[in-house]
Amino acid sequence: MSSLRRRKPINESSDSKHKAEEEDEDHDDVDADGDDDVNGKNKKTPSKIKKKRGEKPPKQPKWSCMDTCCWFIGCICITWWLLLFLYNAMPASFPQYVTEAITGPLPDPPGVKLKKEGLEAKHPVVFVPGIVTGGLELWQGRECAEGLFRKRLWGGTFGEVYKRPLCWVEHMSLDNETGLDPCGIRVRPVSGLVAADYFAPGYFVWAVLIANLARIGYEDKTMYMAAYDWRLSFQNTEVRDQTLSRIKSNIELLVATNGGRKVVVIPHSMGVLYFLHFMKWVEAPAPMGGGGGPDWCSKHIKAVVNIGGPFLGVPKAIAGLFSAEAKDIAVARALAPGFLDNDIFQFQTLQHVMRMSRTWDSTMSMIPRGGNTIWGGLDWSPEEGNSCAKKREKKNETQIADQAGSENAVCKAKSANYGRIISFGKDVAEAPSSDIERIDFRGAIKGHSAANTTCRDVWTEYHDMGFAGIKAVAEYKTYTADSLVDLLHFVAPKMMARGTAHFSYGVADNLDDPKYKHYKYWSNPLETRLPNAPDMEIYSLYGVGLPTERAYVYKLSPHAECSIPFKIDTSADDEDTCLRDGVYSVDGDETVPVLSAGFMCAKGWRGKTRFNPSGIRTYIREYNHLPPANLLEGRGTLSGAHVDIMGNFALIEDVIRIAAGASGEELGGDQVYSKIFNWSENINLQLDEEIPVHSSS
Amino acid sequence: MASVLRFRKLCYVESAVKCTSVGYESFEIDEKLDKKEEDVLSANNFALEINKKRKQPKRQPKEWRCLDSCCWIIGYLCTTWWLLLFFYHCFPVTLLRVPELPGPGVRLKREGLTALHPVVLVPGIVTGGLELWEGRPCADGLFRKRLWGGGSFTQIFKRPLCLLEHLSLHYETGLDPQGIRVRAVPGLVGADYFAPGYFVWAVLIENLAKIGYEGKNLHMAAYDWRLSFQNTEIRDHALTRLKSKIELMYISNGYKKVVAVPHSMGVIYFLHFLKWVETPPPMGGGGGPGWCAKHIKAVMNIGPAFLGVPKAVSNLFSAEGKDVSYIRSYGAGVFDSEILGLQTFERVMRMARTWDSIVSLLPKGGEVIWGNMDRSPEEGHVCDFSKKSHSKTSLTTNNVNNSDVKRGFLVKDLANYGRIISFGKPASILHSSKLPTSDSKVFSRTSTSENFNNFSCGEAWTEYDEMSRQSIQNVAADKAYTTTTLLDLLRFVATKMMRRAEAHFSHGIAENLDDPKYNHYKYWSNPLETKLSDAPDMEIYCMYGVGIPTERSYVYKLSPNSRCKSIPYQIDNSVHGEDGSCLKGGVYFADGDESVPVLSAGFMCAKGWRGRTRFNPSGIATYIREYRHKPPTSLMEGRGIESGSHVDIMGNFALIEDIMRVASGATGDEIGGDQIHSDIIKMSERINLGL
Repeated sequence: MSSLRRRKPINESSDSKHKAEEEDEDHDDVDADGDDDVNGKNKKTPSKIKKKRGEKPPKQPKWSCMDTCCWFIGCICITWWLLLFLYNAMPASFPQYVTEAITGPLPDPPGVKLKKEGLEAKHPVVFVPGIVTGGLELWQGRECAEGLFRKRLWGGTFGEVYKRPLCWVEHMSLDNETGLDPCGIRVRPVSGLVAADYFAPGYFVWAVLIANLARIGYEDKTMYMAAYDWRLSFQNTEVRDQTLSRIKSNIELLVATNGGRKVVVIPHSMGVLYFLHFMKWVEAPAPMGGGGGPDWCSKHIKAVVNIGGPFLGVPKAIAGLFSAEAKDIAVARALAPGFLDNDIFQFQTLQHVMRMSRTWDSTMSMIPRGGNTIWGGLDWSPEEGNSCAKKREKKNETQIADQAGSENAVCKAKSANYGRIISFGKDVAEAPSSDIERIDFRGAIKGHSAANTTCRDVWTEYHDMGFAGIKAVAEYKTYTADSLVDLLHFVAPKMMARGTAHFSYGVADNLDDPKYKHYKYWSNPLETRLPNAPDMEIYSLYGVGLPTERAYVYKLSPHAECSIPFKIDTSADDEDTCLRDGVYSVDGDETVPVLSAGFMCAKGWRGKTRFNPSGIRTYIREYNHLPPANLLEGRGTLSGAHVDIMGNFALIEDVIRIAAGASGEELGGDQVYSKIFNWSENINLQLDEEIPVHSSS
Repeated sequence: MASVLRFRKLCYVESAVKCTSVGYESFEIDEKLDKKEEDVLSANNFALEINKKRKQPKRQPKEWRCLDSCCWIIGYLCTTWWLLLFFYHCFPVTLLRVPELPGPGVRLKREGLTALHPVVLVPGIVTGGLELWEGRPCADGLFRKRLWGGGSFTQIFKRPLCLLEHLSLHYETGLDPQGIRVRAVPGLVGADYFAPGYFVWAVLIENLAKIGYEGKNLHMAAYDWRLSFQNTEIRDHALTRLKSKIELMYISNGYKKVVAVPHSMGVIYFLHFLKWVETPPPMGGGGGPGWCAKHIKAVMNIGPAFLGVPKAVSNLFSAEGKDVSYIRSYGAGVFDSEILGLQTFERVMRMARTWDSIVSLLPKGGEVIWGNMDRSPEEGHVCDFSKKSHSKTSLTTNNVNNSDVKRGFLVKDLANYGRIISFGKPASILHSSKLPTSDSKVFSRTSTSENFNNFSCGEAWTEYDEMSRQSIQNVAADKAYTTTTLLDLLRFVATKMMRRAEAHFSHGIAENLDDPKYNHYKYWSNPLETKLSDAPDMEIYCMYGVGIPTERSYVYKLSPNSRCKSIPYQIDNSVHGEDGSCLKGGVYFADGDESVPVLSAGFMCAKGWRGRTRFNPSGIATYIREYRHKPPTSLMEGRGIESGSHVDIMGNFALIEDIMRVASGATGDEIGGDQIHSDIIKMSERINLGL
């Protein structure tokens, strides 16, 4: 065929008109025959023919190029179809055979294994998804979103993000004054199990757990996905969607239709805080709460199985709010500043993302709570002595941890100052506190940005700040958990004004203070009491063994106009102190540090404390991260990463056992790999009811 | 794949032809070149060179060339396709959009309507999605995938037998078979689209959303439509969930009552629910006698099958409807082919007979409602297939006048709708006195117990396999069946099924509603055997399409093939009436929405519940809203915005507007009271039912 094509030029040598039809199909041959008259006419100018002929050889490659391209595509298509056909014709269990042939017999999924043991569905199960993983769909939108009614904007394929990014950002944003819907836009959570089983096609969140629960007999009537709009502040989900009332009603229904068996609640990530809020809400009297009465939780809940719970917040949230970046983004930003920040194409991706995510109140629920008491001050931190370089030499580490209380000068030089969550410059991060000169930014004049007029369509509050304000922020040098909240108040006053109406980040001195009846304290475990439900159990399940962001080294961003003035200093590296690409990391599940996930269950709620007056039993179950052995395993059955842990067989087995009626002791009590108990000891938090707490730093 | 192969074959032929033509052309060119001058000679050399060059690759890959050209063509097509696709996507959305009529949602929003009452949608039979929760090995990988509805039905084509097995229920209990759990898809996705692009509730949902409805005040009461109504509660707690949902919506929307919008079988499901919810706990929901009055504003029944559907009869009797019978007669070889092991109808029938819910759709009320051998309420209905668009309205209004006149000389053609099944055309026409009367007590199971086929056929599929040839003949000998004798017939041919299903449904008329036996749940879904709840402020709407011929009764014949595992009866689609007769293809038609005859949809609202009757002691207001069917004027309109057919009516703008007005607070009188196009009132008057 291709030779045929090459031939054509000779045939129709004279009629140049046909060149345009080069790519046309074989019918041209017939045409060529018919066009002999045209050829005859053109013979009048034989010189031209010669010229053309002379030109021909160089043109031939062009012909064949097109052809080879087509040929190539055709080949690929055919092979693809063939493979597709084979794939479809293949029995569904084939991949499993292949995997087993390569890696040896796979372990039974926990559902199958436990079914063989005779476990059966007993307690109804409620899932509470975390931030970001829940699907959102459009119910009412502007003109640009036409045809997307009840289509997913978040979750699913994200096809619309690429097609109409600005429209998408507009619809995903909330009103930046109220934190509720903007006028004319209604984006609502997808309801049902589909809301969060898969985040994107093939990327499971709850699907594996659901499938395994189904093996022992769970189905729709015994499972409930408490989907909520994760962009809103917790109380606003009730105000706008009555989500909390729905959860209450559904839990009551589940208990009633399953013979009075209490539910097992499984919150993940931010869902942990959301459910904490729910437990306070449901027992609070009617105008602000759900009016369920003081024993609602003990009547309806058997256990709360928190997976990867950021009880005390996540340092990642700071980076997200402060400069819209995290470890991964920071690297991308450093490598390709031209692309992501390209003004010419009006991408300004980060700014758009930042503007959008700043309208989400929920991100502020993840700001580290408990201040310096929990997260450490300028010169100490509970994780002191954690050393990633010597991760495997565990003996060493325990020694160091023992010494951590007494500020050992030798050790200190090596260990990171995790307490300084944000430092400007690596030297600041490492210097002893006495050497740092700090100028308080709180009183500084923000000044007015000249750029304000030019950058009108991109809204971040940085544009209300002048250079003076930015400088003042950098002058303060280093920020601990306490001053961070002030910093955020300074750089984003409007956002924080909205956020502090819904969340609080402190530690309660006296829990009897009537102000703690306000809903903004309900999701902070350090400012609320657990409900009076002595039979309830609280589990904290999380992965360990992954480096997790804990503190950041920042620098001023070079281009000041229309962009975020701060960014993570990715050039800062230090092997000894776990500093990599400007980020200090500690043990955790890649998102939540061990401290945040484990402290409440390890110490804050352990036994009868003032936060847990009825002595609800708590259990810590840690899962050591092991990366998948090979590609066939996908995201691994032993993973400890924040989301991938939902596919961890050991975790699933624990969850299924609890759902089938086992208690914490029957599971084996605590299962700890990290040094969470040591670190908890380092934290000086008053747990007895009588004596008011004295701040430790 | 087959098409690809065929394509490849074509290419092969084509290029073979080309190969020869190439040779010829080159020869021709050589000739031409000979005639030309020296400079041309050089060109000739050049051409020869090319020839050489050409020959070199030619030799080895000669066999490849066809494949190559194939690849080339496919590649070419793909690239063009992708280019077009790319351009299509680059097009601004608004340019391509057909300027469509603004739906009622937009218009009513401009009028200032907003969401007021929460809305509960109750889907009907077949339209709800079903998904797999636990299955046999053959259904590997389908966990939580749709087996029915919603997505594409690709799985049905891939592994049909597996699917049939999973969709069937247990024949004795009517519940799950061992090891299989198939459950209803919850949420709005459960029934918004039946198949991609084939909307059911989607249009209504979209319009409701325009005036502010969303997840918190719009609920789809999905249930497993294969089960009997009470079993949905026993297995899935579907009724309890619905109750709890309604209570929640009532409270969380500022104590606004709920507007329920059931469709098709959902209508009797909701009727069942209304009784269930007020009945005390062991059997009912324990909501107390005031529950409906407190929580429900209106029940807006769409295409209600209150008194059953004749279609269900033919479905249960021989697994066919109007359309299927054509296929069966034409493609008998394909579908019944035993060699391929298809036996489609038998398999479908086997599956459908395990579904209790179909029995709920059998005609209710017996001869009183549906007519006896010689009379029927629709008497005098004139069908006009030939002149479809010709002034139907005038016909229907004049119907009564005409019918009296016509009766004189048109008797031979008047349909005896009362005879729901007749064997042979004469049996459907002759006066009852001329019919051979045989006692229906002939039906005694004793005669059927011995079936000689049984041994040769192996496993019995349908209960027909257990019947002897003699009893099958006996059934046909009886000539004609009315609704009452029909039930006996079904009990005879499918004893076990009817025994199972009649524990859940009843099809009679209550003599005395205070009889304590009517407290049993099997009567709750029959409007003629229950009282409506005591809720004087509630409103009941009957909204349905008219103007489409709807199956009403059938002419049957014995099926020719007598091998085992076959259905012994089939609709005799060779029977046609004269022009103007309602008989076509073995089916008598009456007015309706293509599935539900007007009589079934409208009678309760027109007469049975109108005013204070014994079925409606508290005098709940009823309204009839009929929508005349108009086929879509152009292809652009899709399934039409004025359609009156059973499912397409859910996209009827007038109906949607009515629902939206009621949902945002209007009463029945405010939307215009009754709106009647058919002669339902006349028909109802002919029915002699003590009220």
